[in-house]
Amino acid sequence: MDLHRRADHSLIELEHVAKRFGTVAALAGASLRARPGTVHALLGENGAGKTTLMRIAFGELRPDSGELRMDGEPVRLASPADALARGIGMVHQHFTAVPAMTVAENVALASGPRGRFRPAKARARVLELCAEAGFTLDPEAVAAELSVGMQQRLEIVKALARGARVLILDEPTAVLAPAEAGELLAMLRRFASRGGAAVLITHKLREALSVADDITVLRRGRTTLSARAADTDAGQLTAAMLGAGTVVTPHRDRAGERAPRAVAEHGEHEAVIEARDLVLSDDRGVTRVRGVSLAVRAGEILGVAGVEGAGQHELLRALAGRMEPVSGSLRIPEHTGFVPADRQRDALVLDFTLAENVALAGAGARRGRMRWPAIERRTGEILERYGIVASGARAVARSLSGGNQQKLVLARELDGAPRALVAENPTRGLDIAATAALQRQLLEARDAGMAIVLYSSDLEELLALADRLVVMFEGWASEVALDGDAAGRAMLGTA
Amino acid sequence: MSWLRRVATVALVSLLALALLWLALRLAGLDATRALAALWDGSFGNGYALTSATLVRATPLILTGLAVAIAFRAGVWNIGAEGQLLVGAATAAAVGLLATPLLGAFAAAAALAAGALAGAAWAWIAAYLRNRFGVLEVISTIMLNFVALYAVGYLVRGPLQEPMHIYPQSVPLPEPARLPRMIEGSRLHWGFALALLAAPAAWWVLRYTAAGFRVRAVGQNPSAARVAGMVDVRRTTMRVFLASGALAGLAGAIELTGVTFALYENVSPGYGYTAIAVALLAGLDPLGVLATGVFFGALEAGALAMQREAAVPSVVVNVVEALLVLLILAAARWRGGSAALARLAGGASGSAGGNGAAGPTATERAGGGAAGSTGAALGGPVSAASAEAAG
Repeated sequence: MDLHRRADHSLIELEHVAKRFGTVAALAGASLRARPGTVHALLGENGAGKTTLMRIAFGELRPDSGELRMDGEPVRLASPADALARGIGMVHQHFTAVPAMTVAENVALASGPRGRFRPAKARARVLELCAEAGFTLDPEAVAAELSVGMQQRLEIVKALARGARVLILDEPTAVLAPAEAGELLAMLRRFASRGGAAVLITHKLREALSVADDITVLRRGRTTLSARAADTDAGQLTAAMLGAGTVVTPHRDRAGERAPRAVAEHGEHEAVIEARDLVLSDDRGVTRVRGVSLAVRAGEILGVAGVEGAGQHELLRALAGRMEPVSGSLRIPEHTGFVPADRQRDALVLDFTLAENVALAGAGARRGRMRWPAIERRTGEILERYGIVASGARAVARSLSGGNQQKLVLARELDGAPRALVAENPTRGLDIAATAALQRQLLEARDAGMAIVLYSSDLEELLALADRLVVMFEGWASEVALDGDAAGRAMLGTA
Repeated sequence: MSWLRRVATVALVSLLALALLWLALRLAGLDATRALAALWDGSFGNGYALTSATLVRATPLILTGLAVAIAFRAGVWNIGAEGQLLVGAATAAAVGLLATPLLGAFAAAAALAAGALAGAAWAWIAAYLRNRFGVLEVISTIMLNFVALYAVGYLVRGPLQEPMHIYPQSVPLPEPARLPRMIEGSRLHWGFALALLAAPAAWWVLRYTAAGFRVRAVGQNPSAARVAGMVDVRRTTMRVFLASGALAGLAGAIELTGVTFALYENVSPGYGYTAIAVALLAGLDPLGVLATGVFFGALEAGALAMQREAAVPSVVVNVVEALLVLLILAAARWRGGSAALARLAGGASGSAGGNGAAGPTATERAGGGAAGSTGAALGGPVSAASAEAAG
């Protein structure tokens, strides 16, 4: 940390910004000041306006009112290109690399190519930027084949290649395993220490408190708190995020009372899912799981943890009946619910209606006619039972908020009362209320006797929900105690 | 509502295209008003023009338009309706010429069935290449069009040539192999009735059957169809390919048994290509194809009258057809509502790039993103409309 550069003036400043979308006021007086040499956390619930505010800072949206200043000078950004030219870069939740191009080509493309493309120069540039940023990234790798963490690095390098002094990251750690998140945050710290300002959009209190120098909290489009991290605490931040007087009961508090009941009532239950010496390879034929044996009984949640790429993704798909094993035996119920990690890609057809999305589950085995009136009635019941906010069964899935989309996916998978459910990061990117609702539904399903396999990149969530925990490491699985330290060590292979 | 808006847009765009045609003819110093009057007279002007010219031409356009529409709805970029039509026509000719003595009164029906099967078989080649080797169907189907064209050229100079060996064409089909007239004294044959039935049938299948639902799901998001729906994406695309080829092959067989009676190289004036415009203008909706197919049939029928009566070259109608497609894409882009259709151009090229990767798995993966988004782009407004129609 370079204290000399942590001046009190701000590098980028947004003041009293307002923005409406139709009848919805996304922002109504949001302000943020990011000082050079700092990591700044922009905290808030889903829909608080965090991303909207930052998209304004990046020139993607124009504010209805309010001011944006760089180095104290008012600026008007007409486009992201404008923002980039002024040294403002943004890493979106959804990445923007050209999948078929290599890392070097993507970086060259992003930095506004002029004249001839020189592959050697482009490669050297990537290595140079990576060295500066303090991480590694293979310039020759094809973007489509990068892991999520690596794609994120590519996005960061792209911004750095444009000479970004302000780096905005939208929920960057949501897609990362804890170890990777740590590396990313260390990298941001390094970026800040050279005089930049990193703005981190997040809804994780703990993350904001532990890595940020300054914290801005948005609630319903307004800045409700703006403080140095050292001068605030979790209680104050929670109050600012949720409104004063809101009492948050972290879910993990209930973990203790649950465990004995699960054993008492379901201890003798048969295994619903049983895998023996399971070997799995990914789409490209790379072996990802090297011989895993496990059993999941009715009425229990088996937690699966692992750093990204440890094989949990393939393991979950196989347990859900969505992937054929290379070898080994696998016994699963005929019908298993599955909540994939990427709901927009793997779970929903965004331009379909909600009824059509409900009908999507089991579409492969369906015969004969589609009875839409009945499906729409069922969808209506699902919306009501699971508290999904939508205008009705004929609403288009795209019109739902992320949290409601995810609720719909889980509701659909639970609706047929399958004997088993496999869920991959089901609460990723959701706000506290939606997360709590989803977690509650998982627990209720478990209590009703469902066998559940749950992967989460949030270890705390796993510890709170799981009855047993399996950690994946380089394609191997080992069962560990429900204990953060033990699980963390196993995830890093240092157990 | 969105249904009404779409119909209004297409009507508006059509009027605009005709207005532009009028203007262009005017600027070229031709008698534009008389030309447009001839266009009308030759298409809808009287009962004979409507039945014997417009609807006769609309028949292959509707069937190939359906072939393209259902394929595109599944994210299958079948540009090969022309080739499938030609193969269907050639097969119908062979069956009609060689097997009529055996089949008697069933000759025409057998010729149609054989034509549809042949079209499906022709499409199967491209489907197999896509599923097995990841060959882009945009490329393979268009290449197969030429193979089909030259195969017909060979047939009419070889095995199927008339006995005098003078003209590159077959002898006319015997009477039992010809489709009967729908209206006595006109050229309209019962093949039109088949086209008229095929459109609502295709609409119903897409909307109300599990198989059709899978087709739409695969077209909009193949990844979700596979993961959430456990749909066999390859089998679905294969079946759509076969159905699409069968419809185009049927169009060719109907054209041969109902209109030309003999096989020759130019048996199709490019119906299979015009079909793409027919399908796009209809927003890939089978019911819409019925309307746009008749509209394009009218344009082509009227063009001949225009040439005859106003000395305006009939090819200007091709310009109008092209204008229509460009205008409909432009209209979609202007109106944010169905910007989906406007993404077609970008989306289609994206799918080409994505699917270029070698190997079937790579194709599927890329399909999940690029081709999927195109499928979504095309199907977006359509599915919304059909959902409304459901209640």
